[in-house]
Amino acid sequence: MTLELQGITKRFGALTANDHIDLEVRAGEIHCLLGENGAGKSTLMNVLYGLYQADEGQILLDGEVQRFAGPGDAMRAGIGMVHQHFMLIPVFTVAENVLLGHERALGGLAGAKQKVREISDRFGFHIDPDARIEDLPVGVQQRVEIIKALSQDAKVLVFDEPTAVLTPQETDELMAIMQQLRDEGTAIVFITHKLREVRAIADRITVIRLGKVVGEASPDSSTTELASMMVGRPVELTVQKQPPVLTDNQLEVSGLTVLDAIGQKVVNDVSFSVRGGEVLCIAGVQGNGQTELTEAILGLQPKATGSIRLNGRELLGKSVRDVLDAGVGFVPEDRKVDGLVGEYSIAENLMLDRYRGAPFVSAGTVDRGARDEFAAEKLGAFDIRAQDIHTRVGTLSGGNQQKVVLARELGRPLALFVASQPTRGLDVGSIEFVHSQIIATRDAGIPVIVVSTELDEVVGLADRIAVMYRGGIVGIVPAATSRDSLGLMMAGERPAAAEGAAA
Amino acid sequence: MTTQQPTAAPAETIELERAVVRHWKAPISYAVLTVVALVLMVLLARDGDARLRLASGSDFFQIPDALLPARATGVVIVVLLALLTAYAAWAAATVRRVGVWLPIAFGVLFVLGFLTWAGAGAMIPIAGLLFATVGLSVPLIFGAMGGVISERAGVVNIAIEAQLLGGAFTGAVVGSATGSTIVGLLAAMVAAVLVSMVLAVFAIRYFVEQVIVGVVLNVLIAGLTNFLYSSLLTDNPALNSPERLPKLPIPVLESIPLLGPALFKQSIIVYAMYIIVPLIAWGLFKTTWGLRLRAIGEHPLAADTVGIRVTRLRFWNVSLAGAVAGLGGAYFTLDSNGAFTREMTAGLGYIALAAVIFGQWHPIKATAAALLFGFASALQQTLGAIGSPVPSEFMLMLPYVVTILAVAGFIGQSRAPAASGKPYIKQ
Amino acid sequence: MNDQPRDTDDPIEPTEQQRVGGSPDAGQQPAVVHAPETTEVAAPATTVATDDRTVEQEDPWGSAFRRIMGGNLVMAVLAILTSLVVGGILIAATDERVQATSGYFFARPSDMLSAAWEAVAGAYSALFQGSILNLARADAGFAQLIKPLTDTLNFATPLIAAGLGVAIAFRVGLFNIGGRGQMLWAAAAAGWVGFSFQLPPVLHVLVAIAVGIVAGAIWGGIAGLLKAYTGAHEVIVTIMLNFVALWFITWMLRTPGLLQNPGSNNPISPAMVETAVLPPIFGPPFSLHWGFVLSVAAVAFCSWLINRSSLGFQFRAVGYNPSAALNAGMDVKRITMLAMVFAGGFMGLAGAQQVTGTVTTGFTSGIDAGIGFDAITVALLGGSTPWGTFFAGLLFGAFKAGGFRMQAAEGVPIDIILVVQSFIVLFIAAPPLVRAMFGLPQPGTKSRRRRRDEAALRAMTKGEQA
Repeated sequence: MTLELQGITKRFGALTANDHIDLEVRAGEIHCLLGENGAGKSTLMNVLYGLYQADEGQILLDGEVQRFAGPGDAMRAGIGMVHQHFMLIPVFTVAENVLLGHERALGGLAGAKQKVREISDRFGFHIDPDARIEDLPVGVQQRVEIIKALSQDAKVLVFDEPTAVLTPQETDELMAIMQQLRDEGTAIVFITHKLREVRAIADRITVIRLGKVVGEASPDSSTTELASMMVGRPVELTVQKQPPVLTDNQLEVSGLTVLDAIGQKVVNDVSFSVRGGEVLCIAGVQGNGQTELTEAILGLQPKATGSIRLNGRELLGKSVRDVLDAGVGFVPEDRKVDGLVGEYSIAENLMLDRYRGAPFVSAGTVDRGARDEFAAEKLGAFDIRAQDIHTRVGTLSGGNQQKVVLARELGRPLALFVASQPTRGLDVGSIEFVHSQIIATRDAGIPVIVVSTELDEVVGLADRIAVMYRGGIVGIVPAATSRDSLGLMMAGERPAAAEGAAA
Repeated sequence: MTTQQPTAAPAETIELERAVVRHWKAPISYAVLTVVALVLMVLLARDGDARLRLASGSDFFQIPDALLPARATGVVIVVLLALLTAYAAWAAATVRRVGVWLPIAFGVLFVLGFLTWAGAGAMIPIAGLLFATVGLSVPLIFGAMGGVISERAGVVNIAIEAQLLGGAFTGAVVGSATGSTIVGLLAAMVAAVLVSMVLAVFAIRYFVEQVIVGVVLNVLIAGLTNFLYSSLLTDNPALNSPERLPKLPIPVLESIPLLGPALFKQSIIVYAMYIIVPLIAWGLFKTTWGLRLRAIGEHPLAADTVGIRVTRLRFWNVSLAGAVAGLGGAYFTLDSNGAFTREMTAGLGYIALAAVIFGQWHPIKATAAALLFGFASALQQTLGAIGSPVPSEFMLMLPYVVTILAVAGFIGQSRAPAASGKPYIKQ
Repeated sequence: MNDQPRDTDDPIEPTEQQRVGGSPDAGQQPAVVHAPETTEVAAPATTVATDDRTVEQEDPWGSAFRRIMGGNLVMAVLAILTSLVVGGILIAATDERVQATSGYFFARPSDMLSAAWEAVAGAYSALFQGSILNLARADAGFAQLIKPLTDTLNFATPLIAAGLGVAIAFRVGLFNIGGRGQMLWAAAAAGWVGFSFQLPPVLHVLVAIAVGIVAGAIWGGIAGLLKAYTGAHEVIVTIMLNFVALWFITWMLRTPGLLQNPGSNNPISPAMVETAVLPPIFGPPFSLHWGFVLSVAAVAFCSWLINRSSLGFQFRAVGYNPSAALNAGMDVKRITMLAMVFAGGFMGLAGAQQVTGTVTTGFTSGIDAGIGFDAITVALLGGSTPWGTFFAGLLFGAFKAGGFRMQAAEGVPIDIILVVQSFIVLFIAAPPLVRAMFGLPQPGTKSRRRRRDEAALRAMTKGEQA
């Protein structure tokens, strides 16, 4: 089946998310849709899947114009989607999830189970149809998504950023599955911003930027070529920095173990140290304990044992308030959920963690003068683009929001700086700004921890790299370690010679 | 084109190491109850025998009365409770699962001990107690079923009280005006469906906070029925004297000792309940309707992506919930009471809500919870009649206290449908 | 009430797209830009949601206020008018003369119409005369003319205090449905101080009220404690605690030696000692007492607390986004509990005002008079702001004052007030409904399709955050 998108235009208010996009995918090929965050890839696929209606343009299947009023129509027409955030109901079993919406066609639960086994055998998935989704690891959940799409005999399969949650190994396995599907004649659309994956698997590549197709690229293009096409200018993939000058400030983490609500060791006996003046990057696939580790440092994890000593002072067991007061600056992974109060103004957000005592509060009352003065200064210093300090933070762009977080966290005397996924979802310009601030903090002699799942960022920022896998640290290696060995470490393989592989 | 080989390795199950987690809440709850039992039944023991009357007139055979010496029975029961508590503590310490028999055995023993203590020197008609339990539970069960359906579909139903009250009023008026109880019954259902539809429209179409709509609807229906009662019914008593549904004893079954009269000497509404509850349980977990209903209550977007029309399905299921609750409303005026009085549901809608939560959003468990609450209020009435050593108000408090303990996690695990209360913004 | 979460690949957020450094259609030969001097542009105003429903989604209470005060007073007025029309229809429909004349409606429609008009006009004129100006007694002097106005203030007194108890909880993201229980405990505690102690005049009533506030705060605090430390949903807990309080107070009221009036067999307390009664402000013929001043003071305090204080800063932060508050070092559990303590405290003030001002001759378990539930409608209409609550309290106070006169003079049951009140809240909560009824254009007048798309987008990104 051949899928054609012709002149798809989709506007949201004044913004054109998709501007006359043309795309063609043939049976038996993998077509990559490459673009930065916010380039409009997901919008396009949601149009294709019937979740959004296009303002202009049409969708053709084998030359016939389609009208999709909802996902049901798209599905019936043979389009399947593996969503970035799985559309699975956690408390249902695999078979129930496959059955949902197609009860009659599949012939009830028994039919659904049969179908799951069939497809599972075809690809060697080994999935129990009666397993509950919430009990399955992410990689397996993704396979259930694939089974769900295939159970509807999808001829066109859309994979929306499918590798974000996978280990390098799982990514390889997924690619093998995609190839098998292609060889069986399925048309595949593969949406991603990861250049390496594109080059490994694509038959054709379409690059979109700012909602427009900027061109097709050949799978043989170099990474740099693809990157500059995607971003629209030559990209400096490295971060400018001098060799580290170590100071006496020090964070010592030893034997740190964190339990989650059901007693799993999400952080398992982790030990490392960071000196002032260096950046320790914590690499690893999402969900291997990095989040919990940083949360434990901040005092957000109640079931943590071991020791976290900052300049000799124990932080473990202290409240978040005490940890912040000890001079820990923290950039949370998800700024909108954990870092900012969207309904608060910039000025209010800049004092969010200093609501007690000087300089912003006296006699239990907020000193608006002091607050506004501080905010006005930071607005300029961090180049936060907004109407004024009373603008609601929720209306700012991601980059400006992150600058507000940075301005707040770097705006008080620090003894340690922890940044979790500091550039996630930002455009290239903002990424450069954030990186320069992190390096400046390091050069001021403060220990810096950066958690990132993006290998490029890790390699660019780090003086040393710790790789986490299933809650433990696989090893701590120098920044110059090759990507291949980092990749292996991210899959849990221990490096031949690494310091402090205590886990 | 690429050097990747399709290797598709078997999915390896990723499991993190687990630390041993012990749950002490259950043993602590048992211990507290055991101490309560100890204080009441041993330290404050009362003298005399409790006579438990197990028989009623029409039984096949008459079971003789059970004569329990209060003090001795109390001691035995407290010892048994302590043993059960010790077992629960041991199971917690060794991270073992305990079966459902433990809470049931504990509960039965506790109730028996309490009855013996409270009924010392008096006679407690067990058969009558059970009969009253069923009678008091009927509206609770219908209300709870309405709550289960609605909340499983993702709409919080605080308005059970309004549905019951609206059903009761309409059932009485239409039943009186038409002279037909069946028409009254249907009208009660229609009225409750209308209440539900208001809830559904505001919650689903206008995304108004569901708790607010529910509370406001309760106030609105209370005000409306009071207003109409004062302005219409007081001057026209003919509009408020429906025929009552006849009791239809089922031959043979009604003569089963102890349970027969309670279960099988009832009106058609009660028999309908026997069918509706299992029907809902079966439908919810075994049919397409149930699969989709639970899907839109757990993860509406996922349901949407497979072509299920979330908004419409929610609307009709909330309406259906109203129809079921309406039967409970009709029970007030067409069966138990025979006339409408101001605010006659008296907060029972909230107890039904409590049963939904205590029953973990499961039709059978919610029914069991409703029966338990019904039993508590029947017991309070019975004890009131024989001169209870416990103030009746404390018995009346019981359902509410139990629910608070349940939502606070001391009894059982309450996990609401994930999307319950959250509007699905689409369309 | 989080900041509307959006995916990283969210096209609605235009500034994440770099508009500098080459025009979008620069094609395959990208222009070289060495330093990103301007990397981002300010978000255009279009990113601010203009649709009502969006606003509602983000912050229903704040937006209700914005709707009313922020140039949308019209909507509030329309909601109130519509509700009064609904009430009028009910009054006309249940009027005996209207029913009688409707029998021959087609023969002489004017009979029925005039009967209906008289019923409604009579009722609403009584409502007005009972709550604002008593025109019938205008010749008896100015005092008689404006006496209804002071009655309104009197009825508004506990409504305002209780409204604050709901409003402050709303601002921290909590529903306080537990007004009834909190008021009952406060009334019992304040009443007990009021009838069983002998203290100097002003001090006595102040101590009684203070004890009442503390009692309400404790009962509210229990709900807060359970919410904060066990995760029990406060809606369920407060509802259940209402009944626990009801039965407990009932028991105390019928138990000699506790709250029961000695020598009485009824569940009623003794009368307040004279020193424990709130004194009138003006004296006869006005019944307005100093409780009103206390309510105004409570509004002022609440306003400072929410908008200016450090605690209020934390309250609002927790209400909008608890995770961000947690990350900023706020003790969310403590704040949650404190919010319910304050909420219970305001409810306690209302309960104490009931026994020391409204019913001073001994109270029953009905002393809360439904004010705990009325408070929810008051706070909603007032947009959960202290002064909004104040004016909403005045309005509903007027309804109550007028409602009694309406019942006495026209025979219209006072329950109609509850109906009108509920309708007001429903209409306020759903402006699109009111607009549709009046044929007003929906703001933004977006096509149905576009609204659908945007909503879907929000739903998507919301789901993704979960």
